[in-house]
Amino acid sequence: MIKVQLLPYAEFLGISLVHQDNGSPLLSMSYSEGLIGAPGRLHGGAIAGLLEIAAIAAIDATLEEPDDPRARFKPINVTVDYIRPGRAVETFARGIAVRVGTRIGSVHVEAWQESPDKPIAAARMKLLIGQKSEHREED
Amino acid sequence: MDPASSFDPGDLLRRGRSGHIVALGADYVAHGEDWCELVLPYDRRLISDLATGVLASGPIVSLMDSAAGLAICVKRGLLQTHATLDLRIDYLRPARPGLSVHGRCRCYRLTRRVGFVEGQAHDGDPADPIARVAASFLLDNGQPL
Repeated sequence: MIKVQLLPYAEFLGISLVHQDNGSPLLSMSYSEGLIGAPGRLHGGAIAGLLEIAAIAAIDATLEEPDDPRARFKPINVTVDYIRPGRAVETFARGIAVRVGTRIGSVHVEAWQESPDKPIAAARMKLLIGQKSEHREED
Repeated sequence: MDPASSFDPGDLLRRGRSGHIVALGADYVAHGEDWCELVLPYDRRLISDLATGVLASGPIVSLMDSAAGLAICVKRGLLQTHATLDLRIDYLRPARPGLSVHGRCRCYRLTRRVGFVEGQAHDGDPADPIARVAASFLLDNGQPL
Protein backbone atom coordinates (compact mmCIF):
# COMPACT_ATOMS: atom_id res chain seq x y z
CA MET A 1 0.00 0.00 0.00
CA ILE A 2 1.31 3.38 -0.98
CA LYS A 3 2.21 5.60 1.93
CA VAL A 4 0.25 8.63 0.72
CA GLN A 5 0.87 10.56 3.89
CA LEU A 6 4.60 10.39 3.22
CA LEU A 7 4.44 12.09 -0.16
CA PRO A 8 5.03 15.82 0.26
CA TYR A 9 2.48 16.78 -2.41
CA ALA A 10 -0.22 14.64 -0.76
CA GLU A 11 0.52 16.35 2.53
CA PHE A 12 0.42 19.74 0.80
CA LEU A 13 -3.13 18.98 -0.38
CA GLY A 14 -4.18 17.59 3.02
CA ILE A 15 -4.75 14.05 1.76
CA SER A 16 -4.92 11.04 4.05
CA LEU A 17 -5.93 7.40 3.79
CA VAL A 18 -9.36 6.76 5.33
CA HIS A 19 -9.40 2.98 4.88
CA GLN A 20 -8.91 0.26 2.36
CA ASP A 21 -11.87 -1.95 1.42
CA ASN A 22 -11.57 -4.80 -1.02
CA GLY A 23 -8.17 -3.61 -2.06
CA SER A 24 -9.27 -0.15 -3.13
CA PRO A 25 -8.02 2.68 -0.90
CA LEU A 26 -10.39 5.49 0.05
CA LEU A 27 -8.63 8.84 0.33
CA SER A 28 -9.79 12.05 1.94
CA MET A 29 -8.70 15.61 1.20
CA SER A 30 -9.60 17.85 4.12
CA TYR A 31 -10.74 21.35 3.21
CA SER A 32 -8.25 24.16 3.47
CA GLU A 33 -8.16 27.68 2.12
CA GLY A 34 -5.18 26.75 -0.08
CA LEU A 35 -7.41 24.54 -2.23
CA ILE A 36 -9.70 27.34 -3.39
CA GLY A 37 -9.92 28.50 -7.00
CA ALA A 38 -12.93 30.68 -7.77
CA PRO A 39 -14.54 32.07 -4.59
CA GLY A 40 -16.10 29.25 -2.56
CA ARG A 41 -15.08 26.54 -5.02
CA LEU A 42 -12.23 24.04 -5.01
CA HIS A 43 -9.60 24.63 -7.71
CA GLY A 44 -9.86 22.14 -10.57
CA GLY A 45 -6.16 21.40 -10.21
CA ALA A 46 -6.51 20.45 -6.54
CA ILE A 47 -9.33 18.04 -7.46
CA ALA A 48 -7.15 16.60 -10.24
CA GLY A 49 -4.27 16.20 -7.79
CA LEU A 50 -6.50 14.19 -5.44
CA LEU A 51 -7.75 12.04 -8.35
CA GLU A 52 -4.20 11.31 -9.51
CA ILE A 53 -3.03 10.28 -6.04
CA ALA A 54 -6.10 8.05 -5.61
CA ALA A 55 -5.39 6.48 -9.02
CA ILE A 56 -1.78 5.70 -8.11
CA ALA A 57 -2.87 4.35 -4.72
CA ALA A 58 -5.40 2.06 -6.43
CA ILE A 59 -2.74 0.57 -8.70
CA ASP A 60 -0.25 0.25 -5.87
CA ALA A 61 -2.85 -1.61 -3.79
CA THR A 62 -3.08 -4.34 -6.45
CA LEU A 63 0.58 -5.23 -5.99
CA GLU A 64 0.98 -7.93 -3.39
CA GLU A 65 4.59 -7.31 -2.46
CA PRO A 66 5.79 -3.86 -1.44
CA ASP A 67 9.05 -4.47 -3.30
CA ASP A 68 7.27 -5.62 -6.47
CA PRO A 69 9.44 -4.23 -9.28
CA ARG A 70 6.22 -2.89 -10.81
CA ALA A 71 5.82 -0.48 -7.86
CA ARG A 72 7.21 2.41 -9.90
CA PHE A 73 4.74 4.72 -11.55
CA LYS A 74 5.12 7.32 -14.23
CA PRO A 75 1.98 9.08 -15.45
CA ILE A 76 1.30 8.92 -19.20
CA ASN A 77 -1.87 10.94 -19.26
CA VAL A 78 -5.02 11.78 -17.37
CA THR A 79 -8.42 12.98 -18.55
CA VAL A 80 -10.53 14.69 -15.91
CA ASP A 81 -14.27 15.30 -16.27
CA TYR A 82 -15.64 17.89 -13.89
CA ILE A 83 -19.21 16.96 -13.03
CA ARG A 84 -20.30 19.25 -10.20
CA PRO A 85 -18.77 22.29 -8.53
CA GLY A 86 -16.35 21.32 -5.77
CA ARG A 87 -17.55 23.02 -2.60
CA ALA A 88 -15.34 24.17 0.27
CA VAL A 89 -15.70 20.94 2.25
CA GLU A 90 -13.88 17.62 2.69
CA THR A 91 -13.53 15.62 -0.54
CA PHE A 92 -13.15 11.85 -0.98
CA ALA A 93 -11.71 9.83 -3.83
CA ARG A 94 -11.32 6.18 -4.73
CA GLY A 95 -9.76 4.60 -7.79
CA ILE A 96 -10.65 1.31 -9.46
CA ALA A 97 -7.77 -0.37 -11.23
CA VAL A 98 -9.25 -1.30 -14.61
CA ARG A 99 -6.17 -3.25 -15.57
CA VAL A 100 -2.69 -3.61 -14.14
CA GLY A 101 -0.43 -5.35 -16.60
CA THR A 102 3.32 -5.64 -16.69
CA ARG A 103 3.82 -2.29 -18.38
CA ILE A 104 0.63 -0.21 -18.15
CA GLY A 105 -1.78 0.52 -15.35
CA SER A 106 -5.22 1.88 -16.25
CA VAL A 107 -7.43 3.38 -13.56
CA HIS A 108 -10.90 4.88 -13.28
CA VAL A 109 -11.19 7.22 -10.32
CA GLU A 110 -13.98 9.35 -8.87
CA ALA A 111 -14.14 12.15 -6.32
CA TRP A 112 -17.18 13.13 -4.27
CA GLN A 113 -18.21 15.20 -1.28
CA GLU A 114 -21.66 14.56 0.18
CA SER A 115 -22.24 11.15 -1.40
CA PRO A 116 -20.38 8.70 -3.66
CA ASP A 117 -23.56 8.75 -5.80
CA LYS A 118 -22.91 12.41 -6.61
CA PRO A 119 -19.36 12.56 -7.93
CA ILE A 120 -17.88 16.02 -8.42
CA ALA A 121 -15.24 14.71 -10.83
CA ALA A 122 -14.07 11.52 -12.53
CA ALA A 123 -10.87 10.69 -14.35
CA ARG A 124 -9.18 8.05 -16.44
CA MET A 125 -5.47 7.78 -15.85
CA LYS A 126 -2.79 5.68 -17.52
CA LEU A 127 0.58 5.06 -15.98
CA LEU A 128 3.74 3.32 -17.00
CA ILE A 129 4.54 0.83 -14.28
CA GLY A 130 7.67 -1.10 -13.48
CA GLN A 131 9.69 1.05 -15.83
CA LYS A 132 13.18 2.07 -14.98
CA SER A 133 12.89 5.53 -16.42
CA GLU A 134 15.69 7.97 -17.00
CA HIS A 135 14.87 9.99 -13.90
CA ARG A 136 14.61 7.03 -11.58
CA GLU A 137 17.71 5.06 -12.33
CA GLU A 138 19.40 6.35 -9.21
CA ASP A 139 16.71 4.67 -7.08
CA MET B 1 -15.61 50.57 -19.85
CA ASP B 2 -13.52 49.14 -22.64
CA PRO B 3 -13.72 45.39 -22.15
CA ALA B 4 -10.49 44.73 -24.03
CA SER B 5 -8.50 46.69 -21.46
CA SER B 6 -10.47 45.83 -18.34
CA PHE B 7 -8.73 42.61 -17.43
CA ASP B 8 -5.07 42.26 -16.50
CA PRO B 9 -4.10 38.75 -15.34
CA GLY B 10 -0.80 40.05 -13.95
CA ASP B 11 -2.64 42.49 -11.73
CA LEU B 12 -5.02 39.74 -10.60
CA LEU B 13 -2.14 37.42 -9.67
CA ARG B 14 -0.24 40.19 -7.91
CA ARG B 15 -3.28 41.09 -5.84
CA GLY B 16 -3.95 37.46 -4.90
CA ARG B 17 -3.49 36.84 -1.20
CA SER B 18 -5.08 33.43 -0.84
CA GLY B 19 -6.27 30.37 -2.68
CA HIS B 20 -4.68 27.45 -4.46
CA ILE B 21 -2.45 29.36 -6.87
CA VAL B 22 -1.01 31.47 -4.06
CA ALA B 23 -0.46 28.32 -1.95
CA LEU B 24 1.39 26.69 -4.84
CA GLY B 25 3.58 29.77 -5.23
CA ALA B 26 2.71 30.22 -8.90
CA ASP B 27 3.19 33.62 -10.51
CA TYR B 28 2.27 35.58 -13.61
CA VAL B 29 4.76 35.71 -16.51
CA ALA B 30 3.07 37.27 -19.54
CA HIS B 31 -0.09 37.35 -21.63
CA GLY B 32 -1.28 38.25 -25.11
CA GLU B 33 -4.69 38.74 -26.67
CA ASP B 34 -5.66 35.07 -26.36
CA TRP B 35 -2.99 33.48 -24.14
CA CYS B 36 -1.54 33.62 -20.66
CA GLU B 37 1.66 32.19 -19.18
CA LEU B 38 2.24 31.37 -15.51
CA VAL B 39 5.29 29.94 -13.75
CA LEU B 40 5.53 27.47 -10.89
CA PRO B 41 8.85 27.69 -9.02
CA TYR B 42 10.32 24.37 -7.92
CA ASP B 43 9.20 23.54 -4.39
CA ARG B 44 9.95 20.39 -2.41
CA ARG B 45 6.46 20.54 -0.86
CA LEU B 46 5.13 19.59 -4.31
CA ILE B 47 7.19 16.50 -5.08
CA SER B 48 5.77 13.02 -5.30
CA ASP B 49 9.01 11.05 -5.26
CA LEU B 50 11.36 11.58 -2.35
CA ALA B 51 14.16 9.64 -4.03
CA THR B 52 14.30 11.74 -7.18
CA GLY B 53 12.70 15.04 -6.16
CA VAL B 54 10.53 15.01 -9.29
CA LEU B 55 7.48 17.28 -9.05
CA ALA B 56 4.11 15.58 -8.76
CA SER B 57 1.93 15.88 -11.82
CA GLY B 58 -0.97 17.46 -9.92
CA PRO B 59 0.64 20.90 -9.47
CA ILE B 60 1.23 21.01 -13.23
CA VAL B 61 -2.50 20.42 -13.78
CA SER B 62 -3.26 23.27 -11.37
CA LEU B 63 -0.84 25.56 -13.22
CA MET B 64 -2.35 24.69 -16.61
CA ASP B 65 -5.95 24.91 -15.37
CA SER B 66 -5.30 28.43 -14.07
CA ALA B 67 -3.37 29.54 -17.16
CA ALA B 68 -6.23 28.18 -19.28
CA GLY B 69 -8.85 30.08 -17.30
CA LEU B 70 -6.82 33.28 -17.57
CA ALA B 71 -6.40 32.75 -21.33
CA ILE B 72 -10.19 32.72 -21.60
CA CYS B 73 -10.45 35.88 -19.50
CA VAL B 74 -7.92 37.80 -21.61
CA LYS B 75 -9.61 36.69 -24.81
CA ARG B 76 -12.99 37.79 -23.45
CA GLY B 77 -11.45 40.95 -22.00
CA LEU B 78 -13.12 40.47 -18.64
CA LEU B 79 -12.84 38.53 -15.45
CA GLN B 80 -15.82 36.23 -15.08
CA THR B 81 -16.21 32.86 -13.50
CA HIS B 82 -16.02 29.75 -15.61
CA ALA B 83 -16.17 26.09 -14.72
CA THR B 84 -13.70 23.56 -16.11
CA LEU B 85 -15.70 20.95 -18.01
CA ASP B 86 -12.83 18.63 -18.77
CA LEU B 87 -9.09 18.67 -19.00
CA ARG B 88 -6.72 16.19 -20.59
CA ILE B 89 -3.00 16.31 -19.96
CA ASP B 90 -0.27 14.26 -21.61
CA TYR B 91 2.89 13.97 -19.55
CA LEU B 92 5.61 14.01 -22.21
CA ARG B 93 8.49 13.69 -19.77
CA PRO B 94 9.18 14.39 -16.07
CA ALA B 95 10.05 17.94 -15.03
CA ARG B 96 13.70 18.22 -14.05
CA PRO B 97 14.12 18.59 -10.27
CA GLY B 98 15.03 22.11 -9.25
CA LEU B 99 13.66 23.85 -12.34
CA SER B 100 10.62 26.13 -12.55
CA VAL B 101 7.73 24.94 -14.69
CA HIS B 102 6.23 27.40 -17.17
CA GLY B 103 2.67 26.86 -18.36
CA ARG B 104 1.24 28.72 -21.34
CA CYS B 105 -2.34 28.25 -22.52
CA ARG B 106 -4.15 29.71 -25.52
CA CYS B 107 -7.89 30.05 -25.95
CA TYR B 108 -8.28 29.10 -29.60
CA ARG B 109 -12.06 29.18 -29.71
CA LEU B 110 -14.74 31.01 -27.78
CA THR B 111 -18.42 30.40 -28.29
CA ARG B 112 -21.15 32.16 -26.38
CA ARG B 113 -21.05 29.59 -23.60
CA VAL B 114 -17.94 27.43 -24.05
CA GLY B 115 -14.22 28.18 -24.28
CA PHE B 116 -11.66 25.77 -25.79
CA VAL B 117 -8.05 25.93 -24.70
CA GLU B 118 -4.77 24.25 -25.55
CA GLY B 119 -1.49 24.60 -23.73
CA GLN B 120 2.02 23.42 -23.09
CA ALA B 121 4.28 23.26 -20.06
CA HIS B 122 8.09 23.33 -20.15
CA ASP B 123 10.94 23.66 -17.66
CA GLY B 124 13.18 26.07 -19.52
CA ASP B 125 13.02 25.19 -23.20
CA PRO B 126 9.65 25.72 -24.90
CA ALA B 127 10.82 23.43 -27.71
CA ASP B 128 11.17 20.55 -25.24
CA PRO B 129 7.79 20.53 -23.45
CA ILE B 130 7.03 18.40 -20.39
CA ALA B 131 3.26 18.34 -20.89
CA ARG B 132 0.46 19.21 -23.31
CA VAL B 133 -3.06 20.10 -22.27
CA ALA B 134 -6.48 20.36 -23.91
CA ALA B 135 -9.39 21.68 -21.88
CA SER B 136 -12.88 23.10 -22.25
CA PHE B 137 -14.69 25.53 -19.98
CA LEU B 138 -18.28 26.53 -19.40
CA LEU B 139 -18.56 30.31 -19.33
CA ASP B 140 -20.73 31.74 -16.57
CA ASN B 141 -22.29 34.69 -18.31
CA GLY B 142 -23.47 37.55 -16.20
CA GLN B 143 -21.65 36.54 -13.05
CA PRO B 144 -18.72 38.92 -12.76
CA LEU B 145 -16.40 38.10 -9.86
